[in-house]
Amino acid sequence: MSTEPAGGTAVQGESPTTWPLWEVFVRGKRGLSHVHVGSLHAPDAVMALRNARDVYTRRQEGVSIWVAKASDITASSPDERDAFFDPAADKVYRHPTFYDVPEDVEYL
Amino acid sequence: MAQASVDANPVAAQYIQGIADDALVYAQRLGEWISRGPQIEEDMALANIGLDLLGQARALLTRVGQLDGTGRSEDDLAYFRDERQFRNVHLVEQERGDYAFEMARLLVFSSYQCELYAALRVSSDPVLAGVAEKALKEVHYHRDHATQWVLRLGDGTEESHGRMQQGLDDVAPFVAELFEDDAASVAAAREGAGVLPSSLHDAYVDRVSAVIRQATLDLPEQPRWRSRGGRDGFHSRPMGYLLAEMQHIARSHPGATW
Repeated sequence: MSTEPAGGTAVQGESPTTWPLWEVFVRGKRGLSHVHVGSLHAPDAVMALRNARDVYTRRQEGVSIWVAKASDITASSPDERDAFFDPAADKVYRHPTFYDVPEDVEYL
Repeated sequence: MAQASVDANPVAAQYIQGIADDALVYAQRLGEWISRGPQIEEDMALANIGLDLLGQARALLTRVGQLDGTGRSEDDLAYFRDERQFRNVHLVEQERGDYAFEMARLLVFSSYQCELYAALRVSSDPVLAGVAEKALKEVHYHRDHATQWVLRLGDGTEESHGRMQQGLDDVAPFVAELFEDDAASVAAAREGAGVLPSSLHDAYVDRVSAVIRQATLDLPEQPRWRSRGGRDGFHSRPMGYLLAEMQHIARSHPGATW
């Protein structure tokens, strides 16, 4: 017999009285990728997805939703900003701006 | 505005009014959860469900006003009828309990609505068939929301299990009324506009029983009393207070808009 509860196993939050935080990503009708739209609380992933539907797609904003537990996201730190991003500042050759685009090529 | 005239059909009007009043009154009850849910996300979920039901009620009450020959608008019917003229079942007018009670009530009501609207997609009344088609998707989501919570509360902690069981037991006396073949349903079913509520019962029981069992809960015992009379305009004590809250602004300021 399975020991898994019928509603799935609740994710442990920081305290027993609050639900953990989930980050919500929604793909719009015409968009190609999921975009972060905000966060919410839910006891587990299944409920997080439903809450996201109710909170973030009330006005037909999306056709697909991802949720990820906020604590599972590893983010760059503001303290590391200089080391992470400044070295790219003087490398203009990484931008594809040195090509001449032929006039009769469409969709470039 | 020129309006396509609709032939009066009092039989269909009375039948549709019951479905519309169920949705309207439950929407009002669900609205009470805003700011009182266990989390703000649940406030939103129940508000969304209430708004779906309100949308159903608006379309159906508008249809009632056309079919009953009085030409009343949705607002006339929602705000200017008295308690005895409402045809909703007692289940939806009961006062808000704890969250487990609400999830039990939502499971019962949305499961009933799923069977009802699925059957009404082929109603001989084109408006009712159209509303049923659209609303079916909505009520499937309502049933899913209730199911998720009944599973989690039922198979959760000792406290949540006990309260979920209590919620199911408290709702049980109000279930039979949903599936009773009242005179309006029988007449509407005969002419193809409606369905017999009793014909929806088996599928309802299969579905709800499966959820209750999976949630490690017990099916409520046969209740010692049951509600009746809602479809004939006889209501329980909470109904008057609910209507007072729902109607008092429209009645204090007739014709007010914003």
